Amino acid sequence: MSHLIPSSILPLVVPVLCAVVIVLVLPLLAGYIVLVERKVMAGMQARLGPMRVGPHGLLQPIADALKLVLKEDIIPARADKVMFWLAPLVSVTMALLAYSALPIGPAFQIADLNVGLLFIVAVSSLGIYGIVLGGWASNSHYSLLGAMRSAAQLVSYETAGGLALASVLLLAGSLSMKDIVQAQLDQGIWFAFYVPFGFFIYLVASIAETNRAPFDLPEADSEIVAGYMTEYSGFRWSLYFLAEYANMIIVAGIATTLFLGGWLRPLARYRDHFPGTSVELLDAVPPLLALAVALYCFHLAPKQPVKIQKLVMAGAGGACAVVALALAGALFAPASVMQGVHGAFWFLLKVFTYIYAFMWFRFTFPRYRFDQLMRLGWRFLIPLALVNVIGVGIAIVLREQFDWNPFLSLVPTTLATLGVAMWLVNDDAPAAAANLEATIAQSGDGE
Amino acid sequence: MISIDHYLLLSLALFAVGVVGVLTRRNVIIMLMSIELILNAVNINLVAFSRLYGSVDGQVFAIFVITDAAAEAAVGLGIILAFFRNRKTLLADEMDLLKW
Amino acid sequence: MVLANMLFYFFALLAVGSALLMVTRRNIVHAAVFLVTTLLATAGVFLQLQAEFLFVTQILLYAGGIMVLFIFVIMLVNLDVEMLLVQFNRQWSVAGALAFALAVQVFFALWAGRDTLHLPAPPSQLALKNTETVADALFSHFLMAFEIASILLLVAMIGAVVMGKRRVE
Repeated sequence: MSHLIPSSILPLVVPVLCAVVIVLVLPLLAGYIVLVERKVMAGMQARLGPMRVGPHGLLQPIADALKLVLKEDIIPARADKVMFWLAPLVSVTMALLAYSALPIGPAFQIADLNVGLLFIVAVSSLGIYGIVLGGWASNSHYSLLGAMRSAAQLVSYETAGGLALASVLLLAGSLSMKDIVQAQLDQGIWFAFYVPFGFFIYLVASIAETNRAPFDLPEADSEIVAGYMTEYSGFRWSLYFLAEYANMIIVAGIATTLFLGGWLRPLARYRDHFPGTSVELLDAVPPLLALAVALYCFHLAPKQPVKIQKLVMAGAGGACAVVALALAGALFAPASVMQGVHGAFWFLLKVFTYIYAFMWFRFTFPRYRFDQLMRLGWRFLIPLALVNVIGVGIAIVLREQFDWNPFLSLVPTTLATLGVAMWLVNDDAPAAAANLEATIAQSGDGE
Repeated sequence: MISIDHYLLLSLALFAVGVVGVLTRRNVIIMLMSIELILNAVNINLVAFSRLYGSVDGQVFAIFVITDAAAEAAVGLGIILAFFRNRKTLLADEMDLLKW
Repeated sequence: MVLANMLFYFFALLAVGSALLMVTRRNIVHAAVFLVTTLLATAGVFLQLQAEFLFVTQILLYAGGIMVLFIFVIMLVNLDVEMLLVQFNRQWSVAGALAFALAVQVFFALWAGRDTLHLPAPPSQLALKNTETVADALFSHFLMAFEIASILLLVAMIGAVVMGKRRVE
């Protein structure tokens, strides 16, 4: 086969195939993540969620997609037509471009860039154009206001998130995503436990970066209609929507790779084998997990009220059983295949856990007001991130120059960062309260 | 084969467009953007020569140019904003208060 | 090789085309968007020259920071009536002559040095990656310049904040 393809194109075939797979799978995946979110929201609010379209609402994303594609395409009068067309395109392109440097398991990465991490951060920062141009081109007050607020929020939290990533870079010593996971393997611990403040800052910053609650003022329905997306309908809106969920998966992927060990299984250095084979004990966990889920589905199947729901639940159980078989089969395959399959499993598990945490936060916390949001970003997170970077730097000096134990070197600096964090939180509150009271008193006198 | 003069000619083209933009446009924001274009052309030139001589100094210089461009854009836009609030105009021809 | 050549011509044409479009647009927002395209094409040229760190720095700082600032300010000072005025002043002949003079100078320099301008082959396996090499140089030879650049940024930040404040009369 390789003699049919010119040699300059040959190294591009596999990455292009990976890219095509991602671009095809992502819209479907985004649709089903929305369904999961609606079901989780329903569960936390003691109701059922979408149940009508398909058994347990499983065909809801298909129905939504059909509706969006068939809807009328409305362009506001006197809107800037070129910008109106371009803005969702920019959002989606930048969101999808970031996937080119993201490793999904050790074997599935489109491009292992030397500067992979910075590339993803840079491309995510280009997504701001989609928001700003969309708000501008709509020729509407709410759109422009929402766009400005959203862009200001993104720029502020990007700085904090980038500094949190820098603290991990100090420990990993490289910008390549594969090297960072390898560093977590070499140092024997996930960086979330090594640099808990970095993980916390990145968690908060990533929620703000993707405009998710509690930082979703610029696009919340009860606040500003829909912010920059107000005048977009139908397919253009679905592009923005896809960009938002693709961004969510990207930040989850970065957090997983940098803080949660990427595709490493928990306790990756514990290599005891089953007696007599080369299969490691802990590698049997993924097939057992999948099998447990399959058995649970089979257990629930007879209890469904409607026949089609029984069938679908049994089908889901069957699918999980097939996955369990595949994972178990990979145990006896050559090492690279096993690493690829199991690595992808652990990576996806961690990414979905992170996204589940996003959903959990959405339905738990009340929304931040815009000035509170900006104060949190600039006066709490950025100073904390700076102190965190300095702390990690001091810990590394202690480890390298003075030969302290790595864990011991991080404990005092983490405690110092904790002290600074407590001081920052308390420092803001009285000033903020006084400010608010002064504003209220002023407006009261004015009347 | 792409050799250094391709990159130098590209840099020249961008520089020339930037110079023409600064000299012929009346809107100060577009003049500022043309200056950014000139700085970019210089950066391409620096990086091309850094590649030719195998030393990284050209790239470091280019990083400093980007830093300076950021500072200059921030202050320049601040000045433009302040002027706009006073005079409500963005055209360079009309910014002639100090003319004799 | 063919692919590398094609990529260079693609980025070069994109850069020059966007630059030309930028200086001729009547609508300032369109001009800003074309400048962003030029900056991204320039980043592509940097990547072709094996300057990886500069590639991401260009996207992150220039296209993702400076141009966002420009677009914000453009949206703050927007005057619809301005788009109806004359956009070009009367110096276009001087500008054209200047650009021509520049071109003649550069062509002469290139022709004079045409024997020495062949690119060496890129090193197959560098001991240090580009980012590390740049960082080494930045923090050893250029440390003074680095510190001065940080002070410059601090001064610019303070200046921009002071300039941007509304005077409460």
